[in-house]
Amino acid sequence: MDRKELSVLSTRARILIIDSIHRAKSGHPGGSLSCVDCLTKLYFDEMNIDPKNPSDPDRDRFVLSKGHCAPALYSVLAIRGFFPEEDMQLLRSIKAHMSGHPDMRHVPGVDMSTGSLGQGISTAVGMALAARYQGRTYRTYSILGDGEMEEGQVWEAVMAAAKWKLSNLCAIVDINGLQIDGKTDDVMPTSPLDSKFEAFGWNVIKADGHDFDSLSAAFDAAKSEKEKPSVILMRTTKGKGVSFMEDNAGWHGKAPDDAQYETAMNELKAQLAGSEDA
Amino acid sequence: MGDMKATRAAYGEALCELAEKYPQLVVLDADLSSATMTKTFAAQYPDRFFNCGIAEANMTGIAAGMAACGLKPFTDTFAIFAAGRAYEQVRNSIAYPGLGVTVVGSHGGVSVGEDGATHQMIEDLSLMRTIPGMTVVNPCDANEMKLAVEALINYDGPSYLRLGRSPVETVTDTADGYSFEIGKGVTLRDGKDITIAATGLCVQMSLKAAEILSQEGIDARVLDIHTIKPLDGDLILKAAKETGVILTVEEHNVIGGLGGAVAEYVGSTFPVPVIRHGVNDEFGRSGKAAEVLSYFGLDPETVAAKAREAIKLKR
Repeated sequence: MDRKELSVLSTRARILIIDSIHRAKSGHPGGSLSCVDCLTKLYFDEMNIDPKNPSDPDRDRFVLSKGHCAPALYSVLAIRGFFPEEDMQLLRSIKAHMSGHPDMRHVPGVDMSTGSLGQGISTAVGMALAARYQGRTYRTYSILGDGEMEEGQVWEAVMAAAKWKLSNLCAIVDINGLQIDGKTDDVMPTSPLDSKFEAFGWNVIKADGHDFDSLSAAFDAAKSEKEKPSVILMRTTKGKGVSFMEDNAGWHGKAPDDAQYETAMNELKAQLAGSEDA
Repeated sequence: MGDMKATRAAYGEALCELAEKYPQLVVLDADLSSATMTKTFAAQYPDRFFNCGIAEANMTGIAAGMAACGLKPFTDTFAIFAAGRAYEQVRNSIAYPGLGVTVVGSHGGVSVGEDGATHQMIEDLSLMRTIPGMTVVNPCDANEMKLAVEALINYDGPSYLRLGRSPVETVTDTADGYSFEIGKGVTLRDGKDITIAATGLCVQMSLKAAEILSQEGIDARVLDIHTIKPLDGDLILKAAKETGVILTVEEHNVIGGLGGAVAEYVGSTFPVPVIRHGVNDEFGRSGKAAEVLSYFGLDPETVAAKAREAIKLKR
């Protein structure tokens, strides 16, 4: 799939993200917008999945370790055809199954329930180990936040993946540099991530998380690694695509009000028109 | 007298005995395989054994991912770490998605002995019981443990299994009509004056207490409550109605474990006095296992004394 098509799809996902969070009057737009391009690439162009057969034992697996970005995952799953896009209107609603963090029991296409930071990557290690034990060739992907790297459990999982040489595992760190209380460098620095992962025995790949060609090259590099687990250190902008949300920690976990919503939707619709025309 | 064997030893044997029958069974440990007794399985089935190192949170999550892909993982470490350190991983990664992992907590209770309070887990039954949808099993002897392991392999949901460090007498193998079913308690001795509901190694001391009481003309019923959750409500209700008083005995804090579960159930169905005997909301201490148990009143004589006091509360 070319970058133009992917760009249209990810902009549609951004519209669903903002619309559903605005409707729910709560949610996490900043990190959802920073990882949605990567999710679009994964679900439309990278992973071996079939929306009509979401429990195929041989499908590639995905774990959103930064589970608060469920609106991004749900939006991409909806556009990919796992469930109707209208379901996004029920995000966080008491009337429905679209919980605020990914719920594998109720949302089709979700491979693991997440939300408590640091836990998802361990489950992804388990999935990759299960593939090896069962002789299956599926790959496991997991997106983490750069703030999430502060959780000790992440490094337990990183250590374990290297021990078992899980080359069928690809972690992606969404490095937007911000967390709830401000800059990651101020709250609790997690950088340098490249030398940390290298020291732990991982194959380290860098990418621009908003450039589909860069992401393509990164996923190809991960797939060609046969000895080590791979991590894609993905540079992103928190709030990407909505001008007033970009690079602003204040939009980590806040819904836009009606006026902000209108501004955001106008911007995204203009981007969509631009992508479609391009 | 029955054979003496620790439930952890029986657990390790059961894993090996059941491995061929259940290829989906995999075992994870956190650098304690010689204590949790998974080492034999590790040697016999190296491709099905995953030593996760001293990283219990990660081990718990790995097991969740494996279960999501169709395997049946048993995670093994001390109860203090399984249910304590990794509590939230058990809750959010295993129980919330309803995954079929058995979290095994070895060295439960104060019978750990010499290692002392930091390693004597007296809150695990409570912590695990309070998680929605969790099954909590605490077998009393080697025979019951082996049956529990196979039942849990076949159970497709989140569960917790407590193992004990110290050798205990096997009593269930010769009990009349004994069978094991998750969620079904066992009447090991019938009686009409009081019910002693016990779990884990407190079952044996309760049977001995009933012997002491019988010499005084007190006819005590003894229930083996191996499943703390789901509690066998029918058996407890019958005991409340027929004996009018229940004494619970557990190697656990008196808050939230078997005593808590029985008191909650009886209080809302057929209120009779429920006396909770166990560790009285304090930390454990070092000593030989038998000494520490006795220090907390977990011996036949003290259980009998508690039973006499309990009977006085009958209306």
